[in-house]
Amino acid sequence: MSERAKPILAATWVGFLLSIPFWLDNPYLLHVLIVTGIFIIAAMSLNLLLGYAGQLSLGHVAFFGIGAYASALVSLGFKVTLFPDWVLVVEAKPVWLAMLAGMLAAGASGWFIGRIAFKVRGAYFVIVSISFVEVVRLVAVNWVELTQGPMALNNIPPLEAWGFTFLRKPANYWLVLGVAIASYVLIRRLVYSRAGRAMVALAENEPLATSVGIDVTRYLVLAAVVSATMAGAAGALYAHYVRIVDPDVFLFIYTVTMVIMVITGGKGTLAGPVVGGLIFGLLPEGLRAAAIAPEAQWIVYGVLMVLVVYFLPQGIVPALTKGRG
Amino acid sequence: MSPILRVENLLVRFGGLAAITDMSMEVREGEVLSLIGPNGAGKTTAFNAITGYLAAAKGDVIFLGKNLGGIKTSEIAALGLVRTFQKTSVFGGRSALDNVLIGLHLRARQTPLAILLGFPYVAREEKHLESEAEQVLRFVGLERRKDELASALPYGDQRLLEVAIALAAKPKLLMLDEPVSGMNPSETASFMAKLAEIRALGITVLLVEHDMKMVMGVSDRVVCLSQGRIIADGTPAQIQRDPEVIKAYLGERYRRAVG
Repeated sequence: MSERAKPILAATWVGFLLSIPFWLDNPYLLHVLIVTGIFIIAAMSLNLLLGYAGQLSLGHVAFFGIGAYASALVSLGFKVTLFPDWVLVVEAKPVWLAMLAGMLAAGASGWFIGRIAFKVRGAYFVIVSISFVEVVRLVAVNWVELTQGPMALNNIPPLEAWGFTFLRKPANYWLVLGVAIASYVLIRRLVYSRAGRAMVALAENEPLATSVGIDVTRYLVLAAVVSATMAGAAGALYAHYVRIVDPDVFLFIYTVTMVIMVITGGKGTLAGPVVGGLIFGLLPEGLRAAAIAPEAQWIVYGVLMVLVVYFLPQGIVPALTKGRG
Repeated sequence: MSPILRVENLLVRFGGLAAITDMSMEVREGEVLSLIGPNGAGKTTAFNAITGYLAAAKGDVIFLGKNLGGIKTSEIAALGLVRTFQKTSVFGGRSALDNVLIGLHLRARQTPLAILLGFPYVAREEKHLESEAEQVLRFVGLERRKDELASALPYGDQRLLEVAIALAAKPKLLMLDEPVSGMNPSETASFMAKLAEIRALGITVLLVEHDMKMVMGVSDRVVCLSQGRIIADGTPAQIQRDPEVIKAYLGERYRRAVG
C-alpha cells in the first residue's frame, strides 16, 4: 500500500464506521457493536503492555473495573466511613468529570502496580496482576457501604455533554467510536516514538536496552499507566452505557477475552486488537444468528480460536501484511 | 594522558568464589586498551561489574571523576560509558534501522506527554533521528541492510550492528566484549580498520578479545588478567615477552621447558 493511499483508506474506514447507526436498524446489533467497541478499547490498552512492553497482565480487567466503579461512584455521589469519626462525603458530580476521575483512578492503580510489580518481571508480574484483580474484586463484593456489594450500583446516569444526553444507542455508539479512535491515535503516537521504541527494546532484549541508557522501570511504568488509564476509560464508558456496575466486571473471563482479542489479532501491531476484537467480539452473535445449537456455539468459538493460534501464531494482522511491507 | 576510567581494588564474588580479586587498572583518554586473559580469567565479569550489571563486593569504579558504585546501568550509559556483549545481542525482531534508533535513545529529548499530545517537535525530532541512524549504519557499512530484520542478518553483520547500536549512544568510552569472535579473517581485518575509525572519532576503547593478532595490532596497551588478578600491564610488545603472561596462557611446564 502506498503512503498516499493510507489516509484515504483510513478516512473511508472511519466514514463507514460512522455511518453504521444510520442504516443498521437493529438496536440489538448496535448494542453488540457498542460493547465490542468498549472491549476493543480495553484490548488496545492491553496490547500496549502485552504486545509492545512484553508484559502479560492477566489482571487487566482490574483497571477496567476500577474505571467503571470510580466513574459510577463519582457520578452518583457516595458517603463512606473511613474511620469511626471520619465520614467522607462526595456529592454527585457531572458525568464527564466522573469519567475523568475513573481514568485517573485506573491510571493511578496502574502506576502503583507498575512500581511494585516491575521489580520482578515475567511470570511474577503475571501472578501479581492476577492477585491484584482478585483483591479488587473482593473489595467490591465486601465494601458494601461504598460499592453496594453484590447488590450493584444502579441508576448510573448517562453522559451529558454540550447539552446533549448520551442515552440512546446511536449516541453511545459514536461516543465509543470516538474514544476508540482517540485511543488508537494515542497508542500510534507512542509506538512511533522514543518511548515506544524503549518499551519494545525492553521486551526484546533488556540487557542491551539498558546498555544504551533505557531506564527499565521508567518505561514499563509509563506503559502500565497509559494502558491502565485507557482501560479505565473503557470501564467508564461501560458504566455509563450499561448504567449498572456489579463485582462481576472483575471476572477473569473478561481479561481472557481481551487477551484472546490481542493474541489472535496480532500482539504488537496497531490493528491487531481491532481485528481480533471485531472477530471474537461479534463471533458469538454471528453463531447465534446462524442458529447453531447453544451448546455448540462456544465449542465453535473455542475451535476457531485454537485454529487461529495454531495456523497464525503471530496473529491475523501480521499474517495478512507479511510480504507486503 | 589522564585516565577516563579507573578501577581500584575491585572484588567480585559469586557466593564463595572470588571471580575478581583486587583488580586495579586505568584506561587513559583516547587510547585503545585491551584486556586479555585465558578463558575464565574474569574479563567479562570485570565488564559486568564496571557497567553495573553486577554488584562488586569491594572496590571503586571511577569514570570521568564520578564513582559508579550503586548507579544504574542506564545512568552509566548516560554518562558516556557503553558496552557491547560477548554473545551476539541485537533486537532481533526489529529492522537494522530500528535497532540503531533504539540506540539513539539518549540523544532524543521528547517527553511522554509531548508524544501523547502530538507536539510537532516530536515528529521533527523523529525525522532527525532517522537520518542520524542512517549515518551510523553507513559508518559501519550496513546502510543497504537498514530495512532487514536484525535476526535475519548474517552473523558478521549482526556483530557490526551491535557496534552501531553502541555507537549510536555516543559513548566516550566504548567497551567491546570479543567483537570479532566468530568472524572470519577478512571480516576481522575490516573490523580492525573500523576500530581505527572509531578511535579517530575521539572514542576511547576498552577491548576484550581472544584474537591475539587483532589485540597486538590495534592496542596501545594491553592488560592481562588471570584467575581474577591482573598479572601484567604494558605495550603489546612487552606483554608478548612477559613470563607471567606466557605462564598463564601456556602453563608452568612450558615456561620451564623454554627457560
